[in-house]
Amino acid sequence: MPSTVKEGQPVRWDKVIRPRSGWFDLHLGELWRYRDLIALFVWRDFVAVYKQTILGPLWYVIQPLVTTAVFAVIFGQVAKLPTDGLPPFLFYLSGMVAWKYFADCLNSTSNTFVGNANIFGKVYFPRLTVPVSVVISNLVAFAIQLLLFLSLLVYYWATGSAVRSHLAVLLLPVLVLQMAALGLGFGLLVSSLTTRYRDLTHLVGFGVQLWMYASPVVYPSSSLPDKWRWMLVLNPMSPVIEAFRFAFLGAGSIDLHSWLISLAITSGVLLVGILSFCKVEKSVMDTV
Amino acid sequence: MADTVIEVENLWKEYRLGVISHHTLSRDLQSWWATVRGKDDPNSPVGTGLSTVSLPPLDGDRFWALQNCSFEVKQGDLLGIVGPNGAGKSTLLKILSQVTAPSKGEVRFKGRLASLLEVGTGFHPELTGRENIFLNGAILGMSKGDIRQKLDEIIAFAEVEKFLDTPVKRYSSGMYVRLAFAVAAHLEPEILIVDEVLAVGDARFQRKCLGKMEQVGKEGRTVLFVSHNLEALLNLCTKGVLLQGGRLVAAGSAREVVHHYVNQYATQKTLQHWTDLETAPGNDKAKLVKAQVRPSDGSCDTICSDAPFEFDFTFFSMIPGESNLDVTYHLLDERRVLVYVGSTAFSRNDSFKPGFLRATCRVYGNLLSEGTYTVSRLLLVKDRGTIVYEHKDVLSFQVVHPSAGREGWSGEKEGVIRPKLDWDLYPCG
Repeated sequence: MPSTVKEGQPVRWDKVIRPRSGWFDLHLGELWRYRDLIALFVWRDFVAVYKQTILGPLWYVIQPLVTTAVFAVIFGQVAKLPTDGLPPFLFYLSGMVAWKYFADCLNSTSNTFVGNANIFGKVYFPRLTVPVSVVISNLVAFAIQLLLFLSLLVYYWATGSAVRSHLAVLLLPVLVLQMAALGLGFGLLVSSLTTRYRDLTHLVGFGVQLWMYASPVVYPSSSLPDKWRWMLVLNPMSPVIEAFRFAFLGAGSIDLHSWLISLAITSGVLLVGILSFCKVEKSVMDTV
Repeated sequence: MADTVIEVENLWKEYRLGVISHHTLSRDLQSWWATVRGKDDPNSPVGTGLSTVSLPPLDGDRFWALQNCSFEVKQGDLLGIVGPNGAGKSTLLKILSQVTAPSKGEVRFKGRLASLLEVGTGFHPELTGRENIFLNGAILGMSKGDIRQKLDEIIAFAEVEKFLDTPVKRYSSGMYVRLAFAVAAHLEPEILIVDEVLAVGDARFQRKCLGKMEQVGKEGRTVLFVSHNLEALLNLCTKGVLLQGGRLVAAGSAREVVHHYVNQYATQKTLQHWTDLETAPGNDKAKLVKAQVRPSDGSCDTICSDAPFEFDFTFFSMIPGESNLDVTYHLLDERRVLVYVGSTAFSRNDSFKPGFLRATCRVYGNLLSEGTYTVSRLLLVKDRGTIVYEHKDVLSFQVVHPSAGREGWSGEKEGVIRPKLDWDLYPCG
């Protein structure tokens, strides 16, 4: 190897480009060095999306409000699903806000390679910056929606509804982190698979939709028959939504056991997602 | 001796032709199911092995875009990479800029490497010029602080002060490119890789960009430059490598390499003769029958730079009546620089009836430099202004240095022409 040649002095190379790397060549430190880029991506996503729109960021508020209203009518009035004794509007909105952040993260990161092929094909930067920045910029939308939810909560509270927030709201950062990790993990996994199988992008769209109905978003988990309980245990999102609702509205409960399972699944998915993403990123531009 | 900053060692890059996966799950399953039942894969590429492409090295359905390339680049080198389309230049740059990984081999480098394979990568059309400077800079690897520090310089270089707060989607393509190049040019990496990006932008800006790159080189940074504009490449680069069919064919000084490249592709055409008037090129007014270039001294067949040679063009004119006709040609050198325009109009003024018309043009010895020349345009002109017929790239030939008894290149070409002028040299005073 001529990397130790010339006057007997070892030559120090700053970077060596090699064909293939193992599963654990993650270079996550690079991600930190590119933090400015992540910040700029976040800012770009936020600024660019609503340029030349009339309502701008107001869309972040309108979307969940309208969806919640529709849910309240269809599931509350027509289907008459129980809401654990909570005001229906608050019940659905809490589910929506929590679910939407996760779903947005999954949907928007699952297209990383295909959607950014033109940039990835021309310049190198750690590819993980893109999905990470997407997750962070979705946080902005989440924060706005959370604020909307909180103001409605205060309103209901002031008008004497039976809602009482718990000390468990302190768990919110953990819950948000878990939602982000889960969405990111699945998104990374899907995006590394879509480089090979384009049809997965179609699957993701309606898969997430179906997944929502498998999660306690429009119904409380207490209303589920016992024979379907296993579904909630396997679904890592259900304890998160339940915990979110419990913390703010005081209905339902936090089942520590199933939450631990969901945490384990989350970290597993995130790990596998990052590993497969880093595995694919080196050669992906030849196949996309 | 300067430090080696890039070391490319036995680099191979393989692309699969045909199908790796079918990009949809259903077709993968279909293939798998067919194999299970022992049938032919319905998705296998048609005509494998019957490929009519002879150029690329095929190995089954594999295609080696780069084969065993090794070279070194020293600090401060301005390295030009030349080669025909499909030679592997872009693949090499992609590997160097880490957009894709090599199949075999290794690349090692020192310092920060920035590549400019395309201008304006990651520009967002809705964002303003200023915002895009930050975004693009960050994509290319600058920190926010770096960019803020360089902002004024970038803006001044791009000459877009007035439009800084306008979304770039309203920019003209020239402004867009200027801004994009300006960001990249102020990256200050130790190694800068530039692909053919200067094809856009006006001549003045192109010159400015080349100047900037030259300056970057003088600062002790290393530049790798790919261009089909050989003149720009020669002006800028000190070293060169020639790629061909994925292999490194030549490496050395930029001049040597460009010369090697040009000679290889200049197929000599010293005689073109069409014996049948029906198939001869031309139109209903005139046909080109013959074009030839040869040494005036019929005993040898190479054109030496110190001996006269002559062009011989024969047309067949079908213009009724008598008409004032001239024969004119443009002579280009290997960099496609116009050396001169030769025309009978400069010395004669004659009228001709329909029929064969032959023009011979004797060129003095000791006029042209050695090199490859092309008759790019051969014209039959009527009445000093109307082009009756024009034939492109009709002849191409080599002028060799007489003392270069040995094969090929003998030294650096100095100047487009090398005339033997009338000198006096004597002691005086």
